[in-house]
Amino acid sequence: MSGFRLPEIDRRLVFAIVAAVVVFPIFFRLSLPEVPSTIVMNVFDSVESLPAGAMVLMPMDFDPGSEAELQPMARAFVRHCAEKKLRITFLTLWGTGSQMIERVTKDVLIPEFPDYQYGRDWVNLGYKPGMESVITVILNDLKKTFPTDVSGKNLDDIPLTRDVRNLRNYNLILSVSAGYAGTKEWVQFAGDPGQIPVAAGMTAVQAPLNYPYYPRQLKGLLGGVKAAAEYESLLIKKYPRYEDQQKYRFEALTRMGPQTFAHLAVIGLILLGNATYWINRRAAQGGA
Amino acid sequence: MTPDRPSAPRFARVPSGGPAFVAALLLSAALSPTLAQQPAARPSTFDAADTPGDSGGSITLTWSLSEDDGGGAQNVTGYELRRGTQAAGPFESVGFAAPGATQFRDPSAKAGPYYYQLTAVAPGGLSSEPLTVGPVRASAQWFRTARWNVLIIALFLFAVILYYIERGRRGHPPYVRRIAGLDALEEAIGRATEMGRPIVYVPGVHDMNEVQTVASMTILSHVAKKTAAYETRLMVPNRYSLVMTTARETIRESCLAAGRPDAYREDDIFYISDEQFGFVAGTSGLIVREKPAACLFLGSFFAESLILAEIGNSVGAIQIAGTAQPAQLPFFVAACDYTLIGEELFAASAYLSGEPKQLGSLRGQDIGKMLAFFGILLGTALTTLATLTGSPALASAFAMVSRFFANAS
Amino acid sequence: MKRTVPLIITFIVGTLLIVAAFVPHYPFDKWNNDFNEFFNIIQAFAFILGGANLMRMHGRRLVERGAGAFYSGVCLAGFLGMMTVGLFKLGNPAGLTGDVDVTGSWFEIGYRYLFSPTSATIYALLAFFIASASYRAFRAKNTEASLLLVTAMVILLGRTFLGPVLTGWLPPSLSFFEISNLASWFMSVPVQAGNRAIMLGVALGIVSLSLKVILAIDRSHLGDRG
Repeated sequence: MSGFRLPEIDRRLVFAIVAAVVVFPIFFRLSLPEVPSTIVMNVFDSVESLPAGAMVLMPMDFDPGSEAELQPMARAFVRHCAEKKLRITFLTLWGTGSQMIERVTKDVLIPEFPDYQYGRDWVNLGYKPGMESVITVILNDLKKTFPTDVSGKNLDDIPLTRDVRNLRNYNLILSVSAGYAGTKEWVQFAGDPGQIPVAAGMTAVQAPLNYPYYPRQLKGLLGGVKAAAEYESLLIKKYPRYEDQQKYRFEALTRMGPQTFAHLAVIGLILLGNATYWINRRAAQGGA
Repeated sequence: MTPDRPSAPRFARVPSGGPAFVAALLLSAALSPTLAQQPAARPSTFDAADTPGDSGGSITLTWSLSEDDGGGAQNVTGYELRRGTQAAGPFESVGFAAPGATQFRDPSAKAGPYYYQLTAVAPGGLSSEPLTVGPVRASAQWFRTARWNVLIIALFLFAVILYYIERGRRGHPPYVRRIAGLDALEEAIGRATEMGRPIVYVPGVHDMNEVQTVASMTILSHVAKKTAAYETRLMVPNRYSLVMTTARETIRESCLAAGRPDAYREDDIFYISDEQFGFVAGTSGLIVREKPAACLFLGSFFAESLILAEIGNSVGAIQIAGTAQPAQLPFFVAACDYTLIGEELFAASAYLSGEPKQLGSLRGQDIGKMLAFFGILLGTALTTLATLTGSPALASAFAMVSRFFANAS
Repeated sequence: MKRTVPLIITFIVGTLLIVAAFVPHYPFDKWNNDFNEFFNIIQAFAFILGGANLMRMHGRRLVERGAGAFYSGVCLAGFLGMMTVGLFKLGNPAGLTGDVDVTGSWFEIGYRYLFSPTSATIYALLAFFIASASYRAFRAKNTEASLLLVTAMVILLGRTFLGPVLTGWLPPSLSFFEISNLASWFMSVPVQAGNRAIMLGVALGIVSLSLKVILAIDRSHLGDRG
């Protein structure tokens, strides 16, 4: 006689459950406090320890597909650097990266930091094809590959880059990347040979591939939305004006609500799947 | 070449006694440079030499740190490097090294001979007196000395692989363990034939310059030969046009080799989109519409791996995947029936052919793995013992081993 | 001849590039870059084949009103539309001499409001498929599957607030067993070890396959069993 059996859940119901647990916290603006991990705090400290006027290179090597995961950390990095009055140089090795730079500067840097002047405090060098060969050249001579900024203005005429010879003039490389060419290439071809500190933000899938570089070649790394949320929480704690969540949107913290609930839903589904498996196996053995 | 240090500046003697004393003090202050206006101390040594083991056109400059580097009276902000064709100049800037640096490579020294100047720069542009070295000329070498260890390992691997290939050719094929994923190919093709449904073969999302795509093409030829023999439809969506062209040639030749040239259907090997998620959307739609009996995902994949695998699972297809991307393997393992992990993708062609000489190459790969295994064991043992015993001999032995296996530039 | 010429080309180019990795002297240093450039040029021309194939396939389906003709029309409209807008810089505030993706240009609008969202949408499907794959795959059917299940649960919990809640009470001497620390340890030790082992095997597999293809021992990519 066969025993009690549990039916397998139709995959469409699984999708509906995931949709519901993702929409619910967005609708009710639910988010949970984040406890920053050491690896994220190291990234924060590598920016926080820089004096005003220090030079930061921010390569934005990602595309619309990974924007949801990486744009929040890009924004957090820009906010942090601007709060510290660091001089930022943007560039990208991805063809789609130019739009990413434009979004973060238009949506965050320009409106939130009106005192930040283009040319004096920040500059956008744009996109250059060539992947790691670009890095190899600009490690020794920046203006050979980037003679002008994205608008065509000669770098010798821009105050920020006038005296810059190469990457060794930068105090920190703060990479945001979704794959190749990305953080790994910045570490291998710039950070390590040029002895330039590198910290990075990347997708959660990329993070395990870059752990071998931490902590020697990579000061710290942000892997995915959770790490971005931890960084944002550090930023809010250090700069209380960001507690006004109506005025300053912190996307990673907002998205952690749905992500946490989605994780819990997956955990629940795994437990349910195992319960289904074991109950049905027992029933089959009992009936055999 | 070691230039002389400049002599220290001389100060006027200060006389004693009232107003004269003050006047003399003021006069000496006006005549003597203050500490804040003194130039930075120049490095004591500066050398220029041809960069070894390169293609020429590169000079390596080395120097000792200025006494004012990292502290001192004038905090050095860096080192300016200039180059000229004559000892007396003129010189033009070739680079700027950060404070703390003692080396710089000038990669643009194509002609020559050149003279180089080094100055330590302090705040306010108070550069030290320049040091000049030269003449020096770059030259090309015939061997990249930094890669000597890579050459030794490469030659060893080539020798071992070729030896076992030859042993296989002479009738001593090695034992090769069963690879379930490759054995399942036959089952998958048979299933598709029986059900009258097609097979969808995705050769990855990289172009032909990626070795995983080349490996995929070698597997495709075996699959195409079987599908041609069984008259099973084989559909191959491609992300890149070159891959599409190569796949067409491969399948055409396989149909010819199977004696079934009429089985070749050019329209079933097509291009979708260069854009990653456009390709995924197109391939997913194809799988949902055509409901293949088998999905074969063999090549280089990124984020789309799970999407494709789940779509294939949703239509009830048997799925065999293989990739050398470690980040995507867990998704394939979770969602597919069989997964070729890493090197199994590259071994597939040899395994499927069953030819002794090709199987011999797999033994050569295994010898290479043993070399890596013993290297790791040796290094771990040496560093552990060196740490526990504090023995300098063990520490230097470990340094030697790690230098041999370290990455070469 | 049809098979011999590709094999000869493969052998010569493959051998030269291996030698060029160790010999920096001219002309070997130049060949490394030159062959990469040759590939880029061939790839660019090959795109014409792909584009033509796309238009032929979907055009025929549209004309014959076969299954999915409407979607073939959408595909062609998108392909030709973006190509025309980009090529002739239609609606570009900077005109013909400006960059094709200037803000406000039709190309940029199409990229921002059509391409980007659809690309992100397909990527977002992963969230649903992760759940369905986890529900189906993480079942304790045997020892290995049980290990996989436990590891997955630890890492999932470590990425939520439940991790600290469930194990935050552990004393400092047992802090290693706190779920978030355990999750970090899993990612940085066993996962790294596995990754490195796979990468070692992959590297050796690449060497072996490349040698066989260069020496024409494996000719299956030409449809020949060698």
